[in-house]
Amino acid sequence: MTPYNKPLPAENVETKPFWDACRQGKLSMQRCKQCGHHRFPPTFYCPKCNSPEHEWIDSKGLGSVFSWIVVRHPVPRDVYAADVPYVVALIALDEGVRIPSNIVGVEPEKVTAGMRVRVIFRQVTPEITLPLFEPVPEQQ
Amino acid sequence: MYALRDKYAIAGIGWTEFSKNSGRTVRSLASEACLKAIDDSGLKVADIDGFVSFNFNDSVPAISVATEIGVPAARYANDFLSGGNAANMIVLTAAAVIEAGLAETVLCYRAMNGRSGFRLGGGRDLSAHGITQFTAPFGWITYPQAMAMWCRRHMIEYGTNSEQLGELAVTFRSNAVNNERAMQRDPITMDDYRNSRMIVEPFRMLDICLETDGACAVLVTSAERARDLKRKPVYITGGAYGGGPNQGEDLFDAIRWPDQSHNYAKYIADDLWRSAGMGPSDIDIAQIYDCFTYSVLMQLEGLGFCKEGEGGPFVQGGRIARDGALPLNTAGGLLSEGYIHGLNHVIEAVQQLRGDAGARQVADIETCLTTAGAMTCGSAMVLRN
Repeated sequence: MTPYNKPLPAENVETKPFWDACRQGKLSMQRCKQCGHHRFPPTFYCPKCNSPEHEWIDSKGLGSVFSWIVVRHPVPRDVYAADVPYVVALIALDEGVRIPSNIVGVEPEKVTAGMRVRVIFRQVTPEITLPLFEPVPEQQ
Repeated sequence: MYALRDKYAIAGIGWTEFSKNSGRTVRSLASEACLKAIDDSGLKVADIDGFVSFNFNDSVPAISVATEIGVPAARYANDFLSGGNAANMIVLTAAAVIEAGLAETVLCYRAMNGRSGFRLGGGRDLSAHGITQFTAPFGWITYPQAMAMWCRRHMIEYGTNSEQLGELAVTFRSNAVNNERAMQRDPITMDDYRNSRMIVEPFRMLDICLETDGACAVLVTSAERARDLKRKPVYITGGAYGGGPNQGEDLFDAIRWPDQSHNYAKYIADDLWRSAGMGPSDIDIAQIYDCFTYSVLMQLEGLGFCKEGEGGPFVQGGRIARDGALPLNTAGGLLSEGYIHGLNHVIEAVQQLRGDAGARQVADIETCLTTAGAMTCGSAMVLRN
């Protein structure tokens, strides 16, 4: 098996809880203990009230497509040649934050604005699990 | 707000060849552009006492240029860690530095081997540290990929389409045909645009600016002094720098930006126009930062040339052509002239306002808007002759 050659998140003291949660199959975000504001990406201070006190909560992992691109030209070529076309999206999570990720499990041409998506997790190395998104199946 | 209306002026400009492979050091390119700007003004190297530059990918420190050209005493030398957002800000900063008494004659430059050296379009650091740990692992790495995400928002909100983007690419190329500096001078048609390769939807190759080796320099001094120099002064009438809330953790990051269907321009518009004592209708021509076709639409809307969301129709029908009501990017822009990170727009503005633009000269103009930046922060100036 060829080694995983794509960028891997270099976690730090602020982001470690997020990646730890991904390894456990949970999409997490910070909630300010003082004002209740949800925030992502992780920061030390709450941008609303400047309190450093926060807790990590689990997102329901549901959201909608805010914007998206379809990468056709791989950069760097040797890293992404086998992956194009692929979809990168900004997903508006129902908790009120946006998160970048890939939309998988759907042809790129079928992605639409506002499309409902849900998180799935893909372990790419023993240490790193990435949160990806797929369309929420239509209700029968 | 910039409160130095017409008190400072651009007294000299210089530039190198714009190429794909300069075969030279970035420092020597910077020095060439600076020496040419000094010569253009009629001043001497010994008159220079300040430098302002910015760097993001490739560049050289201001003190290295001062050293190479033998400036006896650089009293102020500052390198901003910034991208295209800074290309007008450094000129405003030069005026502020002189006003503060820190220097009297300041060179603003940008130099890079942007094609043969560090290619900004070719990818970024893949180590995915800091904020990029939330973008790069998903294959979201390059600036075309970043800006395509913005463009899609405009399409979703306002129905903006690729024909409107193509109008910008085709029009700017037609301007470059008459520009001896431009890297791409062969005219293109809408069919060429439609057939150009899809790089990252919604962007085709022709939506994306060039990568360039080269340098530009602009010499700023007091308007009073500039009037006694060799060239017709171009006055810095107004300017602004900034952006809105949540400008992000680096120049790529816009995860928390309110909505990618607008950019920094709407947040600096009031400051810009109040500082200049003018409004959009007073602008004769404009050089709008066009690292991508789409960035032009947000700036036209944000600065009030048309309503939010109406940028697409606004640029259609010939309005922005050289003989239109609002000629844009008269040298070809970053899309067709070259990418000196936006400082080449200032060079073109000065040439046009002096009446030195040759075959591409727009007749009877008194004002030119220049802008710099595409995303969450940027700068703009109103220049006049």
